[in-house]
Amino acid sequence: MRPTDRSRGGGAFHHGIGAGTTRRAFLLATAALLVTSKGVSARVITKVLPWRPNEAYPVTPVVPGGYLFFTADEAAVVEAFAERLIPADELGPGARQAGVTTFIDRQLTGPYGGHDWLYMEGPFSKNPLPSQGLQSELTPRQQYRNGIAALEAYCKATFNRGFVELDAAGQDKLIAGLEKGEVQLPNFSSKMLFNAIYTNTIEGFFADPIYGGNRDMVGWKLVGFPGTRYDFRDVIDRPNQAYTLPPVSMQGRPAWGER
Amino acid sequence: MARRLPRKDVVIVGLGWTGSIVAYELARLGLDVVALERGPWRDTASDFNIGTAPDELRYAVRHDIFLRPKQETLTMRNDPSQTALPIRKWGSFLPGNGVGGAGLHWNGQTWRFLPDDFRIRSHMIERYGAGIMPEGNQIQDWPVSYDELEPHYDRFEQVAGISGKAGNIKGTIQPGGNPFEGARAREYPTPPLKQGYAQSLFTKAATGMGLHPFPRPSGNISAAYTNPYGCSMAPCTYCGFCEWFGCANYSKSSPQTCVLPALVREPTFEARTDCEVTKVNLSADGKMATGVTYVDAAGEEWEQPGDLVLVCAFSLFNVRLLLLSGIGKPYDPATGEGVVGRNYAYQTGSGASAFFEDAKFNPFAAAGSLGVALDDYNSDNFDHGPHGFVGGASITSAHTNGRPIRYHPVPPGTPAWGSAWKKAVKDTYQRVTYVGAQGSVMSYRNNYLDLDPTYKDPLGRPLMRMTFDYQPNEQKMANWMAERCQEIAKAMGANSTRLSRLGVPWSVVPYQTTHNTGGAVMGSDPNTSVLNRYLQSWDVSNVFVMGASAFPQNAGYNPTGTVGALTYWSLEAIFKYLKSPGALVPR
Repeated sequence: MRPTDRSRGGGAFHHGIGAGTTRRAFLLATAALLVTSKGVSARVITKVLPWRPNEAYPVTPVVPGGYLFFTADEAAVVEAFAERLIPADELGPGARQAGVTTFIDRQLTGPYGGHDWLYMEGPFSKNPLPSQGLQSELTPRQQYRNGIAALEAYCKATFNRGFVELDAAGQDKLIAGLEKGEVQLPNFSSKMLFNAIYTNTIEGFFADPIYGGNRDMVGWKLVGFPGTRYDFRDVIDRPNQAYTLPPVSMQGRPAWGER
Repeated sequence: MARRLPRKDVVIVGLGWTGSIVAYELARLGLDVVALERGPWRDTASDFNIGTAPDELRYAVRHDIFLRPKQETLTMRNDPSQTALPIRKWGSFLPGNGVGGAGLHWNGQTWRFLPDDFRIRSHMIERYGAGIMPEGNQIQDWPVSYDELEPHYDRFEQVAGISGKAGNIKGTIQPGGNPFEGARAREYPTPPLKQGYAQSLFTKAATGMGLHPFPRPSGNISAAYTNPYGCSMAPCTYCGFCEWFGCANYSKSSPQTCVLPALVREPTFEARTDCEVTKVNLSADGKMATGVTYVDAAGEEWEQPGDLVLVCAFSLFNVRLLLLSGIGKPYDPATGEGVVGRNYAYQTGSGASAFFEDAKFNPFAAAGSLGVALDDYNSDNFDHGPHGFVGGASITSAHTNGRPIRYHPVPPGTPAWGSAWKKAVKDTYQRVTYVGAQGSVMSYRNNYLDLDPTYKDPLGRPLMRMTFDYQPNEQKMANWMAERCQEIAKAMGANSTRLSRLGVPWSVVPYQTTHNTGGAVMGSDPNTSVLNRYLQSWDVSNVFVMGASAFPQNAGYNPTGTVGALTYWSLEAIFKYLKSPGALVPR
């Protein structure tokens, strides 16, 4: 009945509550659990702060290579599309080299891809107000799967070839049409497809590299964001001065060790 | 069927700022206190380690530590003629979840409201005549004065270690502080944060215009500090991961940093996490609470009897719990009768972006409360006569972060993607800053909260329905403030500026602010308030309701300082109540 995800402390990485509780409950006898006929059901904290060193629950680093959600053809479309949104140019790498497609693929396989944390109960209104925000039943996974199929069907019908075979100018024109809602895809909202790829491409270009995008911190280098250094007292002391140290991510820097 | 647990002296719903403070102060008296928190336990060492804390995607974009809409959300519409739909994904505001509540993920801006704010209705009518009051307003004086709250503001600031510069100590104006503030007993516990380049330009420009800039009071603290509870804090490192994040440095004032280390050592205190209170239970005559019912993570239902029930959830969820429990008469905008859900208010945001030819603002070197503010246009610190609106705003130059997924500003006219966008993102990041106005929102007949007729939470209980829009008074005020911001931005030397007007209709999509106020307001008349001046329910005398839900309308400031002050004010009354239970104010 209840969502048992990490927000409720039930996840495998969070606090070790659940199957792995025994050792901790033993070590911290005062951090007890309410035990019922159905098993562990709530956590009781009294007398001692229940933490142990190095217990922070980390994200699982993305290992690039292959796709877990996309087919090879879908991945090629997303990659070509994202590369037009953030192209490689004289300012540096674009979405492709940043690993944005891998980022999106891995995000889609997680809770984000299924809108697992969102309110997805019906009824779904056919004519919501713009001020009421997201009102679609479609999860990101469905948006990509159905939206890319619709885009490919449109490209085959209109240009007699797939999106990736269009030249850059042709892709740009089509993307602009999707963005403005001027291109009608078969049975799919063109704006919804544009917004999904656009939003996730920006995320993948600027998120910590641990998620598979922003490879070599190319997004951070573009703007001069130093990443996760967590201490800028030196910068505050030198107003209007350029920051010259290279960025650091949650996994450090390439120069710090094996990649 | 709920199973009945042994009785407790005090049952607290929610373990954020207000819940942890009242838990500590009451457990210290030796009372048996249980706090029920529907989210998980969170503490700095486990959850906000430096190795994992600075993660923009996880916290600011995917909302990892926030209440998940799947668990509870609201429905929303702009006016009563529309059909409300669920907020499926948080946008405009972001409610917290878990131990620490909103006090964990806030920016730390810790204000005192101005003396006039507490009697705004009387004050405005006295000075300008009744004609200045906006159409449909339900603005009402607070049932407590600034002078009454002053010692309690002081107490909260001392516990939270707030960094700032006093502007008025016992009636004497202090150089460098806010000359408009109410008289304070003493200085802030820690000195102000250092400021960045943008703030030095703002200070110079504003001073040159005859305005009165000062470093805004900050819960990201500037120096090592041990608070009256014996909890220690460390200096802020300007890491730029405050709002929507937990602080790994013990630098941000939060229940985790300032209260829980002391609270958890109290032998008569117990917290139960992953336990959602579904109802405050009432006696047969409805005049006394007998305790609460809650559901734990496994779906088991429990009854927790208690002598005193303190409702300490986030403001919106306090109101919903009252509605679901049948405490107080629900508000009906058609008749104007009823009180629960009445006078919901929010906050305006407007301002101006300032683009410089050549500057290095280093926006990433920041803190949630870093900034220089001025109050010349707040409350009634200026003549409202020529403008025809009620309310005001604090105007601020601030950099709270430079996290690039959400912060990659571009000049007007830039395409949204492609090489031209990429070039603009690179060129603009260091040379833009913003002057912002955070404004008051008054209370109106048609801005309110009630239970939704259609949508339910996973336990089958109705979601709360929010009916809200910015009214003409707020639009006029916020847009006038945006022009003031633009004047200052130009005086700072910007070679171009962009005005940001108030977005109307109010939309759930862009993040605006989590300053949701009202719905269970305090007052001196039980026909227009849920709580008396001590935050005690008019109807059920052993129920007190803490938090911004008690604000009769919102002022031009962040709410937490006033939430903290009201908590200590109410606690003083609870101490009296414990000696002699019953209504502290006759109905």
